[in-house]
Amino acid sequence: MEWVFFGLFGVLALVGSVGVVVSRNAVHSALFLLVNFAATALLFLVLGAQFLALAQVLVYAGAIVVLFIFVVMLVGNETVDDFVARERPWLRWAAVGFFLVFIAVAGYSLVMSGWEAAKGLADYGAVERVGAVLYREYLLPFELASVILLAAMIGAIILAARTRPPLGRPEE
Amino acid sequence: MDWVDLVVIPIIKGALILFILLTATAYLTLFERKLIARFQVRLGPNRAGPFGLLQPLADAVKLFFKEEVVPGHVNKPVYLLAPMMAMVPAIALFAVVPLGPDLSLFGRRIPLHMGGDVNVALLYVLAIASVGTYGVMLAGWASNNNYSLLGAMRTSAQMISYELPMAIIVASLLLVTGTMSVVEIVEQPRPLWAWLWLWLGFPLYFITMLAESNRAPFDFPETENELIAGYQTEYGGFKFAVFYISEYLHMLTSSAVAVTLFFGGWRGPFVDQFPLLGPVYLALKTVAILFLYVWVRASIPRLRYDQLMSFGWKYLLPWSLLYLAVTAVLVVALS
Repeated sequence: MEWVFFGLFGVLALVGSVGVVVSRNAVHSALFLLVNFAATALLFLVLGAQFLALAQVLVYAGAIVVLFIFVVMLVGNETVDDFVARERPWLRWAAVGFFLVFIAVAGYSLVMSGWEAAKGLADYGAVERVGAVLYREYLLPFELASVILLAAMIGAIILAARTRPPLGRPEE
Repeated sequence: MDWVDLVVIPIIKGALILFILLTATAYLTLFERKLIARFQVRLGPNRAGPFGLLQPLADAVKLFFKEEVVPGHVNKPVYLLAPMMAMVPAIALFAVVPLGPDLSLFGRRIPLHMGGDVNVALLYVLAIASVGTYGVMLAGWASNNNYSLLGAMRTSAQMISYELPMAIIVASLLLVTGTMSVVEIVEQPRPLWAWLWLWLGFPLYFITMLAESNRAPFDFPETENELIAGYQTEYGGFKFAVFYISEYLHMLTSSAVAVTLFFGGWRGPFVDQFPLLGPVYLALKTVAILFLYVWVRASIPRLRYDQLMSFGWKYLLPWSLLYLAVTAVLVVALS
């Protein structure tokens, strides 16, 4: 039973990710990315990791893809021009090369670690487990990540903030 | 757990809940029109049937027989996808609302909810709320119309901004209840101070609810006096109806969720003796919240867009953060 769902959602995730690359329209790409994230969330559910599944929906589907579409709407230049690929034909071969390297590394680690890696941790995706691991064992990296995010936020605000002329003097 | 529990009962329950939800939504439109009319000293719809009770039916028939037009300048797949993306989250939100205590029927124990007992149900509410943006955004983009696009961009900014305080208030609720299972939140006994404190936070939550379901005074996606009809401009016939229905569905489901989280859901006097009173209490409380929705719409004019943003970020967010901090202190000090 598990395998049926795994196969179904796995294929769905793959269809989504191929769609992201193949689409000629940025919004269509973002929607395929949404399919991919949803399928990944469902895969988490199959593994019994409900918290991770919903966090996946909340963060990736609910925030990140929304942001992508928002930016595409703001920029308004949805269709892809193949200029870069036409000028540098070797880029395609480089992409194929990277893809093969990725498959090799992923396949190697999968074979070495074995298929049973995820088992034996029945509730590893439950809220309590994730919280305990995050706030006890990995507290320092967690806090560091939040400091980095804060720095990025402040940086974005400073970059985007309009410099206002001082009060009382008319703008030129 | 056999296949009856896993497949047959959920399908029956789902179909029943869908039927009830859609019927209730149809009558919610009448409820709102009647109430607004009363607020404005008018009579409201009163032609179709006694007291206008057949009005929703008449509206539905009219919308069914409209011509389906797809304008030539739209991005067709996304244009057709958008109404569905608006409706699905509005319905899906209802899955975690427990309608009453577990029912014993034909020797089986049937829980009266689709999946509220998992320990992530609260997170599910937030996740569905965050996906609710898509319908409006995609409609605005696919319509290929400046007014639609502006409406969609305003909405996405609004929904992202108001999701944050909503999540923080839900986190405070989690601090008080200590569980993410909605069923447990309804059933657990709670000291008086916890109830009072939750009710103090409810106005904050209600404001974010208004913004998430795009209702007045936050109905920016439509703003008919500046954006024609916002993201709905290019939609007509039944596709428009789907947007219209999903707005009311969203009102209905989010009210039911609010009742479940803050007002004890189906609980009320004599529920232990007569379990079927549970859904009745839930419906009554939900209607009370819906009345609030309509009351606000009839009383408060629409905000300006910059007011909306500065209210969300400069007032609502700090207030909800303060609420969270005080909740944490209270929980440690009082329990």
